[in-house]
Amino acid sequence: MPELDPLLLSRIQFAFTISFHILFPSFTIGLAAWLVVLEALWLKTGKPIYMDVARHWTKIFAVSFGMGVVSGVVLSYEFGTNWSELSRRGGNVIGPLMSYEVLTAFFLEAGFLGIMLFGWKRVPKWVHFFATGMVALGTAISAFWILSANSWMQTPVGFRVADDGVLHVTDWWQVIFNPSFPYRFAHMVAAAYLTTAFIVAGIGAWYVLRNRSVPHGRIMLGMGLSLLVWLAPLQLVIGDLHGLNTREHQPAKIAALEAHWETQRRAPLILFAIPDAKAETNHYELAIPALGSLILTHEWDGEIRGLKSFPPEDRPNPIIPFFAFRIMVGIGLIMIAVGVIGSVLWLGGRLYTSRWFLNVLVWVSPLGFLAVLSGWFVAEVGRQPWTVYGVLRTADAVSPVPGGSVLASLILFVLVYGIVFGAGLYYIAKLVQRGPDETPPVPEKGEADLSHRPMAAAGNP
Amino acid sequence: MTGTGADMTEFLPVILPLVWAAILALAVFLYVLLGGYDLGLGVLFPLAPSDKDRDAMMGSVAPFWDGNETWLVLGGGGLLAAFPLAYSVMLPALYLPIILMLIGLILRGVAFEFRFKSERYRWTWDMAFSLGSVLAALMQGAIMGAFIQGFAVTDNKFSGGAFDWLTPFSVLTAAALLSGYVLLSAGWLIMKADEALREWAYGIAYTALIAVATFIVIFSLWTPFLHPEIAARWFSPGNMVMLSPVPLITAASVVGLWMALNRRQRYTPFLLGAVLFLLCYTGLGVSLFPYIIPPNITIWQAAAAPDSQLFMLYGAIPILPIILGYTAYSYYVLWDTTEHDAYH
Repeated sequence: MPELDPLLLSRIQFAFTISFHILFPSFTIGLAAWLVVLEALWLKTGKPIYMDVARHWTKIFAVSFGMGVVSGVVLSYEFGTNWSELSRRGGNVIGPLMSYEVLTAFFLEAGFLGIMLFGWKRVPKWVHFFATGMVALGTAISAFWILSANSWMQTPVGFRVADDGVLHVTDWWQVIFNPSFPYRFAHMVAAAYLTTAFIVAGIGAWYVLRNRSVPHGRIMLGMGLSLLVWLAPLQLVIGDLHGLNTREHQPAKIAALEAHWETQRRAPLILFAIPDAKAETNHYELAIPALGSLILTHEWDGEIRGLKSFPPEDRPNPIIPFFAFRIMVGIGLIMIAVGVIGSVLWLGGRLYTSRWFLNVLVWVSPLGFLAVLSGWFVAEVGRQPWTVYGVLRTADAVSPVPGGSVLASLILFVLVYGIVFGAGLYYIAKLVQRGPDETPPVPEKGEADLSHRPMAAAGNP
Repeated sequence: MTGTGADMTEFLPVILPLVWAAILALAVFLYVLLGGYDLGLGVLFPLAPSDKDRDAMMGSVAPFWDGNETWLVLGGGGLLAAFPLAYSVMLPALYLPIILMLIGLILRGVAFEFRFKSERYRWTWDMAFSLGSVLAALMQGAIMGAFIQGFAVTDNKFSGGAFDWLTPFSVLTAAALLSGYVLLSAGWLIMKADEALREWAYGIAYTALIAVATFIVIFSLWTPFLHPEIAARWFSPGNMVMLSPVPLITAASVVGLWMALNRRQRYTPFLLGAVLFLLCYTGLGVSLFPYIIPPNITIWQAAAAPDSQLFMLYGAIPILPIILGYTAYSYYVLWDTTEHDAYH
């Protein structure tokens, strides 16, 4: 039996658990913000339809949020169970950032979530609106701290290394607002909003196509598309700026995600290739000359460092970043196209009758999640072999645990997450299918009169 | 960030670890109390008289479980931030029980959402809620036992095996914590449930109290023999007198709780259950202080840089009272929710 490598298994486990987790914040950050807008519209206009839509999506929010909470708790412990050397040496820096996340975000979300979900009839409208606002604020603050911690690990500044290898902070401001943080934060929050808007628009389109809950569907479709039309192009700009920043601080990552081996000016844009890390070359390369330099440096003859200019032990393997980056950008372009076409149709008064467009929208609407995952694979695989870039190697960050333990936990996580994810998707699909205006007051067994509490019956199909 | 002057630079590294040990102790205690009644409900779940009672049990905690669990996250995150060395030794040492606890918490956590949405498979989520709660409670108890016994440490790293945590002592602490959680959740139901379910909860509370009292006696006798320092702390002549209120008040609380159950009081059982937890917790603190990895590493040795601890303290001091405030408000507003208030 081959030796079980705790490092490789821990990397797989962390990649698996964090990939699973990030799907839910990507959705709930945007969804919470949208629910605030819906409730505000309801308070302002008094139109019950906004309230219907808000309530319906609050149920979907609750399922997603629950899965986000339980999968997030896992991560806060994996820093110790699997990456204890990172914790021991980097704890002075990342520990406080993550504690601030708990103090300023987790508690805020959890404290007001109860009122948001259960308080519709118990608190005044404005208190409920406030609670929803606090939950939304909590999700955004949470993203702030986590992306700060992640960005610091990508572009570490504001610290010194003591003789025993432990890192000490010299400047908290530099640590929190480290060089890649503003770009990563903007890029991720925009990604979360886009992912949500895409899903909301897609489900709205589905209602319109099915001729069910059409007024509600139109609100979803309209609000989703009106965010998409400007935010998707803006995201391209943010992503571009993020790329320039990465080129400055993590040039090896750029070389990997573009699969450039040689340092060159007028570098091509490689559309397709199979990068081969052993042979240090690409197979089946299809490229457009000089475009790579233009995109990455904004100059025709800008220089891009190739992977060969880095020592082999400091290079990431380009194969995952290369493909993940292309998937992410491709989905971004699809989003831009959908936003533009949708708006043109809307201006022409044909949005709700263009069935081909609505059908396409339904099918592409989950792609935001794939884009988020791809983006994170670019960022995380592309920074290898470092956990704290240039300071602490991933191989030195791992816990002293036997490979067998990690294999056992990995199998457990795959099994349990598989079941939980499957069930969660199924229940969300059921909620979508039931629709925003169909919550018939079916009496529960043994209790005839629930007419004053119609929401209770929503649990029955 | 640190203060100026020689006295501050000498003072802070001494005082800050004490302050953070106190804050983390508070977080863990609040988790044990709130997460305790919460997990205990899952343990009692399959024993409940009827499906209607199960609905009521779950409804009584549905708005709060997420907040309750956040104290556990603060305990973990705070340990990493304030005592990174302790975190980096303990978590690998407790790898398997922590993973199993997390799996348990996942299963029971999603059950809150899934159970009410499911008809045909409701029993699956009932089981997930119950088994997840039992698993999490047992693992937390085992973690507590392993923590009291201490870990093998070489060069600031855990150097023991994957199953070091599993000992007769930790098996017994697992059973003890489980019965303590059941006592708390019986107290919770006595406060919140309707009359029939309440009467059932009184019955559970008697049994749980007998178990808890027995475990307290066992551990009071066993723990001093784990490390000679613990025996010296409790049984040296001067300390014995000074510390005697801890066992005495504990005994009084057990008797008081029994009488409260006899008198069918509504709020006293939970409160005295909490007092019992607090006393056991205090006893544990007396036994272990100042070790965070007994018997090797003290809170001062494990502490993060004073600057990091101070930076967090600037936030924690104003924020923690606010958290306690809105948590209390949420409990107040949603106190008598039932599953019928749900948004499901």
